[in-house]
Amino acid sequence: MTRISMTVDGVTYDDDVEPRTLLVHHLRERLGKVGTVVGCDTTNCGSCTVLLGGRGVKSCSVLAVQADGMDVTTVEGLAGADGELHPVQRAFHETHALQCGYCTPGMIMAAVDLLSENPDPTDDEVREGLEGNLCRCTGYQNIVQAVRDAATSMRAGTAATVDAPAQASPAAQTQGVTT
Amino acid sequence: MTIAEERQAEVGRDRRRKEDARLITGRTMWTDNLALPGMMHLAILRSPMAHARITHIDVTSARGLPGVFDVFTGRDVADMQGLMPCVWPVTEDTVLPDYPPLAINEVRHTGEPVAVVAARDAASALDALEAIDIDYDPLPVVLDMESALADGSPLVHADKGTNKCYTWVLDSAAAGSGGDAAQAAADAEVVVRRRYIQQRLIPAFMEPRSVVVDPTGEQITVWSATQVPHILRLLLAMSTGVAEHKIRVIAPDVGGGFGGKLQVTPEEFIAFAAARRSGRPVKFTETRSEAMLSGHHGRDQIQDVTVSATRDGTVTGISVDLKVNMGAYLGIITPGTPLLGAFMYNGIYRFPAYRFECTGVFTNTTKTDAYRGAGRPEATYAVERIMDDLAAELGMDPLEVRRRNWIEHDQFPYATAAGLTYDSGNYAAATDRAMELFGYDDLRREQRERRESGDPVQLGIGVSTYTEMCGLAPSRILGQLRYAAGGWENASVRMLPTGKVEVVTGTSPHGQGHETAWSQIAADQLGVPFEDVEVLHGDTRTAPKGLDTYGSRSLAVGGIALVNACRRVVDKARPVAAHLLECDPADLEFVDGAFRVKGTPGASKTLADCALAVFTSHDLPDGVESTLDAEATYDPEDFSYPHGTHLCATEVDTETGMVSIRSYVAVDDVGTVINPLIVEGQVHGGVAQGIAQALFEEAVYDEDGNLLTGTFVDYTIPSSADLPTFITDRTETPAPGHPLGAKGVGEAGTIASTPAVVNAVVDALRPLGVSDVRMPCTPERVWRTIQDARNGSSPAPEGGERP
Repeated sequence: MTRISMTVDGVTYDDDVEPRTLLVHHLRERLGKVGTVVGCDTTNCGSCTVLLGGRGVKSCSVLAVQADGMDVTTVEGLAGADGELHPVQRAFHETHALQCGYCTPGMIMAAVDLLSENPDPTDDEVREGLEGNLCRCTGYQNIVQAVRDAATSMRAGTAATVDAPAQASPAAQTQGVTT
Repeated sequence: MTIAEERQAEVGRDRRRKEDARLITGRTMWTDNLALPGMMHLAILRSPMAHARITHIDVTSARGLPGVFDVFTGRDVADMQGLMPCVWPVTEDTVLPDYPPLAINEVRHTGEPVAVVAARDAASALDALEAIDIDYDPLPVVLDMESALADGSPLVHADKGTNKCYTWVLDSAAAGSGGDAAQAAADAEVVVRRRYIQQRLIPAFMEPRSVVVDPTGEQITVWSATQVPHILRLLLAMSTGVAEHKIRVIAPDVGGGFGGKLQVTPEEFIAFAAARRSGRPVKFTETRSEAMLSGHHGRDQIQDVTVSATRDGTVTGISVDLKVNMGAYLGIITPGTPLLGAFMYNGIYRFPAYRFECTGVFTNTTKTDAYRGAGRPEATYAVERIMDDLAAELGMDPLEVRRRNWIEHDQFPYATAAGLTYDSGNYAAATDRAMELFGYDDLRREQRERRESGDPVQLGIGVSTYTEMCGLAPSRILGQLRYAAGGWENASVRMLPTGKVEVVTGTSPHGQGHETAWSQIAADQLGVPFEDVEVLHGDTRTAPKGLDTYGSRSLAVGGIALVNACRRVVDKARPVAAHLLECDPADLEFVDGAFRVKGTPGASKTLADCALAVFTSHDLPDGVESTLDAEATYDPEDFSYPHGTHLCATEVDTETGMVSIRSYVAVDDVGTVINPLIVEGQVHGGVAQGIAQALFEEAVYDEDGNLLTGTFVDYTIPSSADLPTFITDRTETPAPGHPLGAKGVGEAGTIASTPAVVNAVVDALRPLGVSDVRMPCTPERVWRTIQDARNGSSPAPEGGERP
């Protein structure tokens, strides 16, 4: 067993874990963070995507011990403290970018990661950027639209709150921790 | 309270989904999220051999490992595990092999379960699998259908003496629904014969299957990632002998199905047995590889099709000789799946003669069963491919051949040679609209130019004008087809004292948005706000009656049950309202959620007023029951027949074989639309899955029966970067048999799109002498097909190897 400490969605957890434990299993089975799901066993599907130190990772491809001392944001920590949805979550709802919803947590986190690198992506850039996240229901069209809509509203939001205190989005927060 | 202002109709509105809030915040209830105190985790040891006798199993050392509660084999549970049921033996003499959930003496495909560990956590259970000692004596393997049918073939089930499961025939001459197809071919001016291969596919729903079983004394609760909780409960009871009323099945949030979860699985039965053995709760969640290895597959057919026609392009008959790979065992509807296509090989055309013969074949592979469309994509593929081939043979435009033969709008209802009566449609309208959106004539012009200039990137145009039969299904027809159950659906409406509404449905959504759409329907029928309706489903305790979700049936059948239940609520409220208003019930009209006295403006009582009145029951008219709640069960008179025209333009690089979709237009007619946002989503996803069959996906076995495509590395479902933006539109021909005019939509996109894409690929390459490209049309396969055509050789036959 190895002692690790990580902050997940704003809460710090200290745990003893088997070194072989994957981050996604630690999140789901030890911390009860079942909003993040497992869709495959070969790192192809991206359902388990979270932000680790502000960057998108597939949490099935990271050992829990590798996340020691780091900050993790899952889909459960994306909405504001008052429950206000993140613009990406809102856009997924508004554009019907989910059906069964199983890929959705990972897809949303991957989209948040994509937009942190490219705040104004084209359709093709969204399609290339989300290539590592598989969806079987939607044919991706509404997902692409949702990400572009979210980008528009996030750019508008950034412009409006450019001097506001740094609690705009968890993505921005976690990025702040690592940089 | 009285309501004066007009309310906006909910049906037809693009309501955002009620389901989304939990799905986008990670508050979803997937089966694998469930953790019960004392719960054991199961891991399953699976056969590495495609066919073998189990000569020895020793689980002693696994039993002694830390954290292990129980280890058992098929022999340990032989008398209580039950047998996996097949509910659709399509003929009297269908061969029905024994199918134990855990193999007992023999394994017949790789991945078949042979032993189980129950441990404190999933990792300990997996560790213990490695301590199980097992020996196999290999037996000969047969994978290919034609080899399996040949004399002297190794037998999958030696005791059955044959690999043939059944042969089922539909002949319009014998049935009296049309002429003799063989005679039509003999008399024809033009005959086109083709063999098409429907490759094996894997449903690949995103949520792996998971099951939790909690035995509490006599009662047993089962949570499962299933499309069919009601069917699972019934079949667990019938197969294991545990009384039906002691079993409760819950399908919580379910992450996709596409037919892949229209199954009762060995894993469910194994978990059920494990829980009963130990008296403790158990959980089994499969890995993706296990899902691909042992969950059922789809398609896998050889289609020999003959079309006869006159020189002017008028079709005179069609006959189909189908071989269908059952796999090693029969799942819930394995033999019947191709029959769902048996009535559709004539498509939208006026074929006067039709013959269909289908042979089911056992092989040492994972069983096949329903996958999105189930029989109808295969049928539509064959007829739409061969209509293009006929057009090429006659030198006609593929749309011209179709126009010459399709059923005209004023000919509905139309009795087909296959014996169905299509209720409605307007094929010309959908096609005209699709051609307009597509820019058909411009693309044909560009195609000519590219051909003339010898452009290495050729343009192909693919057409698919489809209809399908969905809304499964009229019980009397299911009975005639020897299916063991009916096809009705149930709904009930509970009026709460505050005027809020609970709709209970027997359908079991797993991404289709029933909570939203059913709310819209109930809101209109009852005149209550959309927000005031809660839809309950997927739990045999709260929704005790239902036949679940598959075959685009939920709205087409379940929607009618819901409308009828709502109407009964209104009927029950009428005497209550009349009593409150001190008038005759006949003087009341029900408008926008309120009973109004005709000719007396202002005097009205809402449904909520009536609900409160029956709750208190202080002052009800004599003989009126103290409830407004109502239930309805609806058995459809006929199927639902959506249709449409899909057009696809592909660019095919003749030097690399790369196919890219340049544009895709889908114009569908699914009758009246309840929620256009949801319908469009269903079309997008359906089209994507059809394109996936055309270009990307194939389950492949090696010669020993090992699945080579057992992960998402090898089984390449399309990503966002692989698919185009679809252009969609609708025409609307209301279904005459549905009170809302709605038809099914869940499978239409998948049924339509595969032939549109492959027709486009072939169309691009016809000038090079290519008349067929086997699916999936991967770059290598397209390139090889071009080389073969250039060398004047016919393509090398493909067995199980992956090109």
